[in-house]
Amino acid sequence: MLLRTILFGKTYEFPDIRILMGKANEEKSGDRLAGLSADTLAERAAAKIVLANLPLWVLRDNPAAPYEVDEVTRVIQDSVNESIFSEIKGWTVGELREFLLNDQVGCDQILRISDGLTSEMISAVTKIMSNMDLVYAASKIRVIRHCENTIGMEGTLSSRLQPNHPTDSPEGIRASIYEGLSYGVGDSVIGINPADDSYGSVSRLLDMTYEIIKNHAIPTQNCVLAHVTTQMRCLQSGSPVGLVFQSICGSQKGNESFGISVGLLDEAYELAKKYCYPSGPNYMYFETGQGSALSANAHHGWDQLTLEARNYGLAKRYHPFQVNTVVGFIGPEYLYNTEQIHRAGLEDHFMGKLTGISMGCDVCYTNHAKTDQNSSENLAMLLTAAGCNFFMGVPMADDSMLSYQSTSFHDIAALRSIFRLKPAPEFEQWMESYGILKNGQLTNKAGDPTIFLGRQK
Amino acid sequence: MESEQIDLLINEVIKRLETEGLISSQMQKNSARSTESNPGDKSKDPNQSFNINSGMGLQTISIDLDDPTKPVHRGKPLVDNSQDPEALLALMSTTTARIGVGRAGVRPKTESLLLFQSDFAVSQDALYKEVSQDLLKRMGLFTVNTLITEGKTEYLLRPDLGRSLSQEAKSILESKCIKNPNIQICVGDGLSASAIEANLEKIFPVLQSGCQIAGLSMGTSFFIQNCRVGVMNDIGDIIEPEVLILLIGERPGLGRADSMSAYMAYRPQKGHSDADREVICNIFDNGGTNPLEAGAYAIRLAQDMIKNKGSGVKMKMA
Ligand code: B12
Repeated sequence: MLLRTILFGKTYEFPDIRILMGKANEEKSGDRLAGLSADTLAERAAAKIVLANLPLWVLRDNPAAPYEVDEVTRVIQDSVNESIFSEIKGWTVGELREFLLNDQVGCDQILRISDGLTSEMISAVTKIMSNMDLVYAASKIRVIRHCENTIGMEGTLSSRLQPNHPTDSPEGIRASIYEGLSYGVGDSVIGINPADDSYGSVSRLLDMTYEIIKNHAIPTQNCVLAHVTTQMRCLQSGSPVGLVFQSICGSQKGNESFGISVGLLDEAYELAKKYCYPSGPNYMYFETGQGSALSANAHHGWDQLTLEARNYGLAKRYHPFQVNTVVGFIGPEYLYNTEQIHRAGLEDHFMGKLTGISMGCDVCYTNHAKTDQNSSENLAMLLTAAGCNFFMGVPMADDSMLSYQSTSFHDIAALRSIFRLKPAPEFEQWMESYGILKNGQLTNKAGDPTIFLGRQK
Repeated sequence: MESEQIDLLINEVIKRLETEGLISSQMQKNSARSTESNPGDKSKDPNQSFNINSGMGLQTISIDLDDPTKPVHRGKPLVDNSQDPEALLALMSTTTARIGVGRAGVRPKTESLLLFQSDFAVSQDALYKEVSQDLLKRMGLFTVNTLITEGKTEYLLRPDLGRSLSQEAKSILESKCIKNPNIQICVGDGLSASAIEANLEKIFPVLQSGCQIAGLSMGTSFFIQNCRVGVMNDIGDIIEPEVLILLIGERPGLGRADSMSAYMAYRPQKGHSDADREVICNIFDNGGTNPLEAGAYAIRLAQDMIKNKGSGVKMKMA
């Protein structure tokens, strides 16, 4: 294998696909930590030039982890539509980029090609796209899914209501839910990260959220983001579950460190289809984020963008209602500052959409990264322009249990207003019937959590 | 968690600590948060003065504001024309989340926006703080290091180095520590020294007497500077405890840095991952799991691990 170019008179040669892929990435502290970054900006440019000339079949033949040892690779490779792949396998990565950007090429054509791509190809094309490329291409792709309501339609923006509490107090969580609902937040899911992963506590929160949903006839789904094994136990014991959640990783070894496997996820998916209360047919919810594989030393020497693309390849198997990257959640060792977080957010959303999954983003940062809330607001606006399916709604963006800052209830309302977007259609109707929304505008009642007290539908 | 058993254990531990004079009965009731890490809750006096003297000709202005981070100001409901102002207060009292904040159109009110920005300003300080030598001395803990040699900036960017003990640390542990105890307790700064300072003195005695009551032998406790959760494997390889409890500072939240976790593992060793570990998180007074309760729960969990000869999701799935 020869991978080489001359740039400004200097020769740059890359020993293999793995190294080439690492050096072609935009700057990320995590790739530097893994020893994969380009040494100079010129070397990065050279790597991109070589990568742009690589035919897609080479990427199929060089997965990040070998087929024999890694079940995530097997899931991705086995799901490739061979006839579509054979149509496009001779395309170069550069040609794929131009196909995606071609203004004659629309959503259906892109989603058709998507079935012939592996995650390594999706990662490769992402590396040679600029930020606005990523926004433009993603904005063409609509992925629409249904559970109790519909997510992803053109002209809509959904939101997860994230009412976390440091000790999982049902009263405290209920208070945050009322506040969020009063801003029109919660159409993608009412989803709680539990501080306590025990069955007793998790099932209590499922019951409580389901009761709110029923009492107020809210067309949405609930979820408690405990470990999937805990949720499976809840399902089997008859708890009302809307979506089944799990954090996933881009390699088998990474998933092992999360205590999961493809077999376990398959089981969870079967249980979800059997026991989740909504009408479906999409019941799964996954979270991902660049750096999680490296953090578990499970990256097989590959860059974090490629591992992230593989998350989406794995997620696709389960026809998820929603997937989101929690970009910036882990910390500065993987994404150091505003620029890196922004880049990763745009990349992840684009890669998810190109994979054909319903993609959202937890636009967030921790207090040990070099960034701030203004920057988060910027990224949320960029991603809304890119057609992101959903964001998080956290009281004033401050999650006091997970210790990080995300997007707020106000942000959801503002993004809808600035970009003239609506909530999920079923949810919008509900808001109107509750007097929170009138003619597409929040009413005087909006923002007052007490409107839900002592009121039943 | 079986809460009755935990309550029993807590009560037993507390009674014992009281008779031994290790804690005062004050302490169990009063879970006041350290004022240091919680800006501005020193006084309850809401006197706020805001005077503008505008004459016709020369204007003088005097703005002299009270600290907006005081609880009285923080807890103020800002929703305009709430349907039920009393209930609004009640809702707000159930959570540390920033609710009842109202809105200026689709954006937050000026007051809550600026409070958020003020809290953000102080949040990062916790990262660069070190656990005070005084505290470590009082608790009788000696200090060892990880492979981090260049301070906090390196710590933030190199989690891999924070997961390994330095060579020197390894030999110190070899020579100073009791081997094969039932329970080994270690303390690490992690991402927040303030969390250790806020909780260590409260949780540590509970763990000690919890071990005694449960008839479990306890190893030689020590402090690890600049460590990550993964350092548990190295410790396990040298000391070989049945259960290792690592008390470690969680990453700081907005305007709050006192939250600590207890990560635990049965026979930790090279090759273990988070799937082999368990965690009790959000340990802090006033809103979190209070450290006394967390200590008692940790001992219960340790007993379970010993009984089941294992820990982590791997155990759950088996
Ligand atoms: C950051 C974080 C993560 C990151 C960790 C990666 C990293 N390099 O930091 C990611 C996103 C990968 C993650 C994943 C999960 N997490 Co988490 N995580 C946190 C968070 C927000 C901060 C942790 C922290 O400050 N650590 C301190 C620093 C110094 O540690 P560190 O060495 O840098 O990082 C290690 C720990 O963070 C640890 N870790 C992180 N989460 C978990 C969860 C468990 C059960 C264990 C044993 C270890 C562990 O992994 C890191 C690498 O070793 C806490 C919330 C909190 N308030 O603590 C939740 C928290 C600890 N996680 C939790 C859960 C449930 C999970 C998941 C099981 C979610 C899921 N359903 O898949 C997964 C899988 C965890 C696993 N077994 O590997 C719960 C634990 C509840 C409980 N009592 O068991 C918490 C309390 C909050 C929550 N509900 O999300 N998490």
